[in-house]
Amino acid sequence: MTSPYRFCSKPLSVLRAGFQAGLRFQSTGPQASARAATAALKESLGGFSFELTDQQKEFQEVARKFAREEIVPAAPSYDKSGEYPFPLIKRAWELGLMNGHIPEDCGGMGLGIFDACLITEELAFGCTGVQTAIEANSLGQMPVIIAGNDAQKKKYLGRMTEEPLMCAYCVTEPGAGSDVAGIKTRAVKKGDEYVVNGQKMWITNGGKANWYFLLARTDPDPKCSASKAFTGFIVEADTPGVQPGRKELNMGQRCSDTRGITFEDVRIPKENVLIGEGAGFKIAMGAFDKTRPPVAAGATGLAQRALEEATKYALERKTFGKFIAEHQAVSFLLAEMAMKVELARMAYQRAAWEVDQGRRNTYYASIAKAYAGDIANQCATDAVQIFGGNGFNSEYPVEKLMRDAKIYQIYEGTAQIQRLIISREHLGKFKQ
Amino acid sequence: MSARVLVGVKRVIDYAVKIRVKPDRTGVVTDGVKHSMNPFCEIAVEEAVKLKEKKLVKEVVAVSCGPQQVQETIRTALAMGADRGIHVEVSGKDYETLGPLQVSKILAALAKKEQADLIILGKQAIDDDCNQTGQMTAALLDWPQRSPEDGTFASEVNIEADKLKVVREIDGGLETIKINLPAVVTADLRLNTPRYATLPNIMKAKKKKIANVKPADLGVDVSSRLEVLKVDEPPQRQAGVKVETVHDLVGKLKEAGRI
Repeated sequence: MTSPYRFCSKPLSVLRAGFQAGLRFQSTGPQASARAATAALKESLGGFSFELTDQQKEFQEVARKFAREEIVPAAPSYDKSGEYPFPLIKRAWELGLMNGHIPEDCGGMGLGIFDACLITEELAFGCTGVQTAIEANSLGQMPVIIAGNDAQKKKYLGRMTEEPLMCAYCVTEPGAGSDVAGIKTRAVKKGDEYVVNGQKMWITNGGKANWYFLLARTDPDPKCSASKAFTGFIVEADTPGVQPGRKELNMGQRCSDTRGITFEDVRIPKENVLIGEGAGFKIAMGAFDKTRPPVAAGATGLAQRALEEATKYALERKTFGKFIAEHQAVSFLLAEMAMKVELARMAYQRAAWEVDQGRRNTYYASIAKAYAGDIANQCATDAVQIFGGNGFNSEYPVEKLMRDAKIYQIYEGTAQIQRLIISREHLGKFKQ
Repeated sequence: MSARVLVGVKRVIDYAVKIRVKPDRTGVVTDGVKHSMNPFCEIAVEEAVKLKEKKLVKEVVAVSCGPQQVQETIRTALAMGADRGIHVEVSGKDYETLGPLQVSKILAALAKKEQADLIILGKQAIDDDCNQTGQMTAALLDWPQRSPEDGTFASEVNIEADKLKVVREIDGGLETIKINLPAVVTADLRLNTPRYATLPNIMKAKKKKIANVKPADLGVDVSSRLEVLKVDEPPQRQAGVKVETVHDLVGKLKEAGRI
């Protein structure tokens, strides 16, 4: 997965320089000259590289080991029972696989999005239900990380590193998902507090969170623009009036806790406003640029699992006298799955790398999320196909993958919204 | 307690990899093959770190002999909780012929230099299965040597008043042995379950020091007295034959000259 590769953008002149360097070193033997040619090539190509640092490889190794040894065996029973996988989450927290984005001065590791994505892909390979429960923490924390003041960060991020707590991102409502500007939850200022009333829906970790990031409308004027009408709040889950609903029974990622939450006259101190009144929409959207690459990574992890399970099966099952992998119809299915997985991986890595470099990555993040969500579904379906009748059965791991994959085309921005974003970004660039 | 523990860690081909013999039959293919810390060494490191957590030892030093790449293995030990590392540089032909005798000489020299009170090693390495280094090191130092897990169930290692207390499960119950420090302990499979290196510890490990030492600096000659003549795969398993009756079985065995 991490083979070194040098991307060549100026072919001929560079290769010539490389060969000349090689010829110069001829006297020390063919191996030495090949090494010298590569070294010359490396220097002239600059920074673009697919190589991971030693530390990234070690992180990936820990996540991979944990996922394969502890998540994979436990996942089927969590899927059947729907029980929240707290023991696994606690383990991941102990190993430092969670809350990677929390800055160092709050007790976290201050990891970049790229490192977080590497870990997320490995965990998702184990079970996307577990990984989503963990990822929802990052989503809830992101507004605080990007927009919180020092006091808010120390208070709400600090506690996440002291014990394995969960948090949640409360934006979606029963009547407004993609249309965030259409949310109706109201926050009214009364003295030093805001009083919040409304209904949120499909909140991951809704029933397990210690605190929520909440987006509510503070400006009642319907003509007020979205960029000024909403405010972001941090809400302690035990605040009176916060009522989590029942755990929803979903198609997939069953162990993840998803609920509706009712806010009835919930009082939030003004210290818990992020940035200020009216700044909420931008914060909520800004968080997505950092959380979409990890979601894409999660979808890629699922697709990788589908590919590996299907490949293993195809090399064991025989039909018409040979392994099904030796029949071209099946090997072509596997080839296409492999193509999709490799490309999805490169897409999320690019999106993560862009934002870590300090650049706006909306275009790449949307591409990565849209593509990874789509191919995760395709690969999961193809895996079930390769397993044949067995694939449809719950004793085999792939039907769960198909059920789990669907949500990747829906949450964190639907497949259609991603296309809206990509077309807008693309046309915007074109017009310049 | 101010004890210092030396832990030997060996970089070997990962246990999950399928080993292939090189076409020239001089050894096994190592290029591009996944390597990791010998599983018995992981257990040794875990035991040393546990002793440190129990505050029975002050410092855990991880040692490995080999080329540049063994630094990865030392880093893993540091990420598990060792305090510092020593990389004994052995490369090329010397590394290919490096065996228990030379390593035990190196460890003995280091133990004296670092004033170690305890050496914990893995019982054997999964590549050569020698099971000699621990014993040879103890002999060279004239220290007692024990495996707390001589093929029986897991147990404890403790330090009490300058003596090493080892508890082993034996058929009849539990056996407690006290041996004088300094000593050599070799770790077998069921002694403990090695911890994962957590991500924060991996980051902290980068700041820990790894010292570079050459065998010559320790006065050790790493030349080998052994010469590998040939390396072959085990013979392919031949298909068997099913027979109908005991009569046939006897007949076939006679044919094969077995009876």
